[in-house]
Amino acid sequence: MNTSALQAARLVLARDLQLAFRKRAQFIQPLAFFAIVTTLFPLSISPELSRLREIASGVLWVAALLASLLALEFLFRDDAYDGTLEQYALSGQSLTWLLFAKTTAHWLLTGLPLALMAPLAGLSLGVPFTALPGIIAPIALGTLVLSLIGAIGAALTLGVRRSGVLLTLLTLPLAMPVLIFGAQATDSAIRGVSFAAPLYLLGAMAVLGITLAPLAASAAVRISLE
Amino acid sequence: MLQLTGANGAGKTSLLRCLCALMHPEDGRLLWEGHPVYEDLPAFHAQLVYLGHEPPLKADLTARENLKYWVGLRRRLMTADLDAALERVGASTCRDQPARSLSAGQKRRVALAGVILFASTLWLLDEPTTNLDADGQRLVGSLIEEHVKDGGLVIAAVHQDLMVAGTQIRTLNLSAA
Repeated sequence: MNTSALQAARLVLARDLQLAFRKRAQFIQPLAFFAIVTTLFPLSISPELSRLREIASGVLWVAALLASLLALEFLFRDDAYDGTLEQYALSGQSLTWLLFAKTTAHWLLTGLPLALMAPLAGLSLGVPFTALPGIIAPIALGTLVLSLIGAIGAALTLGVRRSGVLLTLLTLPLAMPVLIFGAQATDSAIRGVSFAAPLYLLGAMAVLGITLAPLAASAAVRISLE
Repeated sequence: MLQLTGANGAGKTSLLRCLCALMHPEDGRLLWEGHPVYEDLPAFHAQLVYLGHEPPLKADLTARENLKYWVGLRRRLMTADLDAALERVGASTCRDQPARSLSAGQKRRVALAGVILFASTLWLLDEPTTNLDADGQRLVGSLIEEHVKDGGLVIAAVHQDLMVAGTQIRTLNLSAA
């Protein structure tokens, strides 16, 4: 019996999660980076919580952005080397759909853990408990958008050796809106005002990314396979 | 059964990649059962299996897992099917070993098990006997023979003649063409 699109996506997802747990170092690297950056700020600026609170949203967001950029390089690279992407393209399933599943797995392995770690880092920067939802929700949504934008960049740079720098250059400008609105949402939460508006904007970006990014990524992957 | 021969760099792999529509040919048309394949690529791809130079196996997954995630994208597999295919290619001892611990020949055998499991009409094989011992080369021959007897098509790029007995083999020499 043929595999349905949903089952195929589930297989891709399960495979990537299983691989990540077998190669833990690669999966922990961005999280460790995030933890290190956010704990260095109190040491280098001032242990005074009121001052730290002022810069907390910026610190959290810059660290989250850089950590997810760090993880992007691995998104498609290994699969391109060992011929897995080629087999995806020949599987008879929609390549766009399979790459969407892959990107989702990538977010589950980097973005979601970052969003869950961020409150801890936030508390160490003097963020009040009440503001924690304003950290988790925007970072979870923002990293999803970053994974989707990054998927396009990672697919475009597949043919390039040492693609890290080029990938960052390609992705950073597109990631700026996420940084701006995400930091604004977290900052509003810390100041105790509603952060709904920037969160909605992040949500809109996520919807746009989910609809268009996998299409662009699959076109780029097809070009790199030629 | 069509075998493609030719010197290194003659374009055997490129031709195979064009045939499975991974590469666009500069000139000419690609037809499957009389229809241009680019009109419905997924339907065409569902009829073929392509095995390149390197077996598409993940080093950190076992032979079974590799096959499950690779072939599973096309058809639903039972564990019994997987084990039967691995048995057929003589790789049942390595089914629970991670691919990184397998030798190149064993990896090739696992990849051949994948080719069987796909149950496709068209096999596109790029040097299927690389890294295989004499026994393995006979195995490739008999797999191809069975597939052709069942009405399948095989196009293989080779450096030395395949050991296929009861089947008529057409040869296309790309260096000469």
